[in-house]
Amino acid sequence: MILSIASGKGGTGKTTVAVNMALSLEDVQLLDCDVEEPNVHLLLHPTVNQEKLVYVSIPKVNEKLCDYCGKCADFCEYNALFVGPGRVLLFEELCHGCGGCAIVCPKEAIAEKKRKVGTVKTGVAGDVDLVYGELEVGEPMAVPVIRGVKKQATNDKTVIIDSPPGTACPVIESVYESDYCLLATEPTPFGLHDLKMTVQVLERLKIPFGVLVNNAGIGDRRVYEYCEDKGVPILLEIPFQRKIAELYSRGVPFVEKMPEWKNRFQKLLDDIERLV
Amino acid sequence: MREIAVVSGKGGTGKTTITASFAALAQNLVIADCDVDAPDLHLLLHPETVETQEFQGPKLAVIDKTKCIKCGSCKDSCRFDAITDAFEAVPFLCEGCGVCAIVCPEEAIDLKERISGHAFISKTKYGMLAHARLDPGEANSGKLVTLVRHNAKGIAEKAKHDLILIDGPPGIGCPVIASVTGVNAGLVVAEPTMSGIHDLKRALQLLNHFNVLPFVCINKSDINTENTGKIVDFCENKRLEVAGKIPFDPIVTEAMVAGKTVVEYSPTNMVSREIESMWKRILTA
Repeated sequence: MILSIASGKGGTGKTTVAVNMALSLEDVQLLDCDVEEPNVHLLLHPTVNQEKLVYVSIPKVNEKLCDYCGKCADFCEYNALFVGPGRVLLFEELCHGCGGCAIVCPKEAIAEKKRKVGTVKTGVAGDVDLVYGELEVGEPMAVPVIRGVKKQATNDKTVIIDSPPGTACPVIESVYESDYCLLATEPTPFGLHDLKMTVQVLERLKIPFGVLVNNAGIGDRRVYEYCEDKGVPILLEIPFQRKIAELYSRGVPFVEKMPEWKNRFQKLLDDIERLV
Repeated sequence: MREIAVVSGKGGTGKTTITASFAALAQNLVIADCDVDAPDLHLLLHPETVETQEFQGPKLAVIDKTKCIKCGSCKDSCRFDAITDAFEAVPFLCEGCGVCAIVCPEEAIDLKERISGHAFISKTKYGMLAHARLDPGEANSGKLVTLVRHNAKGIAEKAKHDLILIDGPPGIGCPVIASVTGVNAGLVVAEPTMSGIHDLKRALQLLNHFNVLPFVCINKSDINTENTGKIVDFCENKRLEVAGKIPFDPIVTEAMVAGKTVVEYSPTNMVSREIESMWKRILTA
């Protein structure tokens, strides 16, 4: 079972839910796919036992063979190559690593080299297996690093995926092929607006989903009304409590100090398993 | 022309709340919502759209089944695993590179343009707003951000405004890089939490990487005063300016529910006063 946790809006409690749920269950692997700002490890303090670098392939032009015909630059959809009289310029950050330039080059002047864009770390924290990725600062493309994290997913445990915020390609890459997606939201106008956008993503991907309302008690009732109208199940509410916010601020998962929540997260997984 | 971006690293720290209030306090400016895949600024600024543009994202490979001989060349060459066993390109995975089309011996594959979102130019009572909406699940948000910023500059030049205020997306990836490249100043909004501190540091590294003058705002500063102290010490060590400390107050959510900026909803509240003094500090720097 692969369960992803997404949200649209940032700061609605994805990581809080992923971590506390993982600590409440047995046989869990947690994948932190928010590689731009990974936070799970700050709450779980894992022992990291493996680090893998993530590379994308970029072109390496042999200017001895190149006759500056410009076919590579014409082919490149991402404008990563520029060919002028007597020179080839490569804008490395723009290259997606598709390999097309090497295929179209009539002089076979293009080979490939590796470029590091991030790191995938694997470790354990108590009973939880953790994998998290870190995008290098200044690198634009998160997707290859997310792909690297997801490659480590196991078949024999419950896999929980902590997705990045938003509704664009990093979110797709994170939630793709999940059995179920739990949408963490807060009952505010911003929370509702971004929830609706994320619902559209999941409908397009045909992934079943339900909602978790975090910071329940603040804002208004419009998230509840929307879910009722749309027939989206609200699977759990976490009330706004200063104690939970303070524990989070210190990097302490709240189930450690409020163990009564472990049963609720176990029941949440049971409910989701029935829905899949 | 000055461009000021509000960013955060971590999501949900208060970027949009602060940007909307800055917009209400400022005059003669153009506003740009660069969070194109989860834009929320319009919920507080209530824009009236005057122009809509289509946005073309990455192209999409389309395989002509009447020509396809199922040789598998496309599937083997695709580095994004976007071609299924049934020889169809999955729109979510296809990055539109065109490699499949050049390796296909039957010339059965075409790259088609696809509309991935829309950019808007709108009027608000605070000034013109350039914004956009990426269709849910689409790619190339960085390119759409660049279009929004291009639109904002165009409006500012025409109206002879010399200030553009940018509401940035969370994270440090392509849409954030597109939002901060070439701006003069960046305000990083951080919460005094362990995650908040970690993400603040990465966001500051990013601003440094792109030579943007950094400012720091500590939002909900009283939820953990020890961590707030750590951020202040960190900033002092690095000679960074803490432009403001905003206390936690339910008034922020109340204003959001009312669809108003907090400085207008409750001008004398501590939150509003702190946002106002922060705006003055950034403008005079």
